[in-house]
Amino acid sequence: MIVELGHFALILAAVTAVVQAIVPLIGAQKRWPAWMAVAEPAAGLQFLFTAFSFAALTYAFVTSDFSVGLVISNSHTLKPMLYKVSGVWGNHEGSMLLWVLILTLFGACLAWFGGSLPPGIRARALAVQSAVAVAFFAFILFTSNPFERVLIPPFDGQDLNPLLQDVGLALHPPFLYLGYVGLSMAFSFAIAALIEGRVDAAWGRWVRPWTLAAWIFLTIGIALGSWWAYYELGWGGFWFWDPVENASFMPWLLAAALLHSAIVVEKRESLKSWTILLAIMAFGFSLIGTFLVRSGVITSVHAFANDPERGVFILAILAFFMGGGLTLFAARANAMEAKGVFGMVSRESALVLNNILLAVACFVVFVGTIWPLVSEMAFDRKLSVGAPFFNMAFTPFMVLLGAALPIGAMLSWKRASLRKAIKPLVPALVLALALMGLAWAIQTERTLLGPIGLFLGSWVFFGAIIDLMSRTGRGDFATRLGRLRRLPGADWGKAIAHAGLGVTMFGVAGLMAWEQEDIRVAYEGETYSLGAYEFTLLDVREEKGPNFFTTKAEIEVTKGGAPVTMLYPEKRVYPVAGMPTTEAAIDYRLFRDVYLALGDAQNDGGHTVRAYIKPFTNWIWFGCFMMALGGCFSLFDRRYRVAAGARKAPNAGVPAE
Amino acid sequence: MKMLNWIVVALAVGLAAPAFAVQPEEMLDDPVLEERAREISQDLRCLVCRNENIDDSNSELAKDLRLLVRERLTEGDSNEETVDFIVDRFGEYVLLRPRTGGTNLVLYLAGPLMLLLALGVALSYVRTRSKAPAKTEAGLSDEEQARLDEILKK
Repeated sequence: MIVELGHFALILAAVTAVVQAIVPLIGAQKRWPAWMAVAEPAAGLQFLFTAFSFAALTYAFVTSDFSVGLVISNSHTLKPMLYKVSGVWGNHEGSMLLWVLILTLFGACLAWFGGSLPPGIRARALAVQSAVAVAFFAFILFTSNPFERVLIPPFDGQDLNPLLQDVGLALHPPFLYLGYVGLSMAFSFAIAALIEGRVDAAWGRWVRPWTLAAWIFLTIGIALGSWWAYYELGWGGFWFWDPVENASFMPWLLAAALLHSAIVVEKRESLKSWTILLAIMAFGFSLIGTFLVRSGVITSVHAFANDPERGVFILAILAFFMGGGLTLFAARANAMEAKGVFGMVSRESALVLNNILLAVACFVVFVGTIWPLVSEMAFDRKLSVGAPFFNMAFTPFMVLLGAALPIGAMLSWKRASLRKAIKPLVPALVLALALMGLAWAIQTERTLLGPIGLFLGSWVFFGAIIDLMSRTGRGDFATRLGRLRRLPGADWGKAIAHAGLGVTMFGVAGLMAWEQEDIRVAYEGETYSLGAYEFTLLDVREEKGPNFFTTKAEIEVTKGGAPVTMLYPEKRVYPVAGMPTTEAAIDYRLFRDVYLALGDAQNDGGHTVRAYIKPFTNWIWFGCFMMALGGCFSLFDRRYRVAAGARKAPNAGVPAE
Repeated sequence: MKMLNWIVVALAVGLAAPAFAVQPEEMLDDPVLEERAREISQDLRCLVCRNENIDDSNSELAKDLRLLVRERLTEGDSNEETVDFIVDRFGEYVLLRPRTGGTNLVLYLAGPLMLLLALGVALSYVRTRSKAPAKTEAGLSDEEQARLDEILKK
């Protein structure tokens, strides 16, 4: 019964969405306040209906209701409760429901907290948001209904893909979708502004917090997914340039570009049409990502559903919103004339460069991702584009970005002097060069990657610190330190996020350059060494988990004879899903991880063991966390709370001529 | 249709692949040769997997390819000869970094050309912005200007 109610609530939500997509739009055009006012309660209602629907599906999973087809194919009575819940979105239908739940949540937030926006913009943005929701409600109801029942319920389910039975992965999709779908707000605001025909500083101020929030979630989601791949897939890779990873990375790059260009709109009223275009494209890439994941046109580790019908449906949604958005953009872009005047060397130009590098990097990832498809269809040439290509084609953009970032961040608005910007950065440059030399001298491999990564990482990191200190003005050191606390959140956010990028850059380079590996058949009681560490295989035993069997090794790790830790790598078999998984054992430390994975048993009683020393791995995710934290600081800057609305911003109503 | 077949194969094989990669007994005794084999393996695709190289893959086919790479190397082939040998047999699809020739030029040049184009457009934009008449920042819209004129007239 509850399942049917959930289904019914979803239909009601879809109907509400249709009303919300049409009535406020007409109201805003005709200036009828009553019609515009429909948007708010409708957005709230839509969210509540969808939330009820989602709760109903969760209920079916939690109670293991095997009369629902989706529960049968993705759950099992023995599965731990956490994974019963996360199983709701560990499949195509359920994850689409989560998708629209988040979409309606963002709409509802705009209705609840956007009270200070001008009614026209708010009504239109809510209508556009709802139009996107209509498309996805239709997609779920017509092609991917999660509430379908089966006639003869089985006694038990087929269990969730064991790779997905993991805490990191339970949280990965919600964060990722909060990011993906959050970009719909930037899209809705962009379309609303285009219909309205004005983009001004206030628009930049409204759209930035939403983009920032989406970007923060996307950063966390991607980092979680990457961390999961690191410990779960058994050989410690953290990024595979898989089409689906790229699908989440492209919106991230564009959202990062959008964050920066929205600052220019807000502060200098320039780059307006480019920012609008970015807002449309960022959400466009979210939709492209959804298409890539759901249609199965590109083989990937993540592909959910390989159903052509669904693919065509999403392609139609993509074509409608991108086609509509870009046509509207073409028609109205001329109306947005830039106001600010700035010199060749200025913060504005630096942010233009930032946007170019991020957008072209995104373009490279996009071309690489779809090239196998294009090549096969257009030239009948079947080929693969994998990690080696992306590492080669993508890295230069990040190197350029890292090299330019500290200087660009120090430039002043309008007209700046390069010399003035670089002078305070000299200590950072010297320090970075010294560290690079040090790394070159003490490394045993003759690789350039490590030293260059260390140089870039520390240049960006120390550059960010100098940038922050430079905001404290003149005076002795103690006074300036005291002033640090009173700096606005945006300054802190900028410094923390930039420093985080430096940390991640260094982590990636350090891991790739200085990793050590040992693969062998080890016997019980045997001791062997790798790098500075010795490993002793003490014991291998069979154990039984709630819904799996496991072979668990006990390995003692010592360094020069002194004990470091005990590690227990496992190899599991999930009988219901018929799948083996490796559970790597990792000793996480600041400067290195010791990573052990257990392989197959050999006939002579030995076991394959892979041991890795992975330097600076945690820096990758710690840097991501810093970027997200920096975003939070910026998000909670007083300026956005005080000046988020038209009432407080007296010149918000300047038409864009 | 070919695509669909690949997907079916990938589903069957790929799902059962918590990648366990190169096995100790496959590895060559000569560390230099083994290092070269590992390097080559990372650029070759496991044909039945979803976007995995043969060094990381667990499938039988990847194992065969790994052994083949090592066999060619022990027989004295250079890295390029080994890769060519495998491409001749399995097609270009096996390469994770596609060849640069022919239509793939589009793939390789897309990034650099786009960067140049973007820099060019940006340069001309910034130039017009820096030469634009300094329209006052606190500039008034036509509407506001009209109102101001009205007020001043009074």
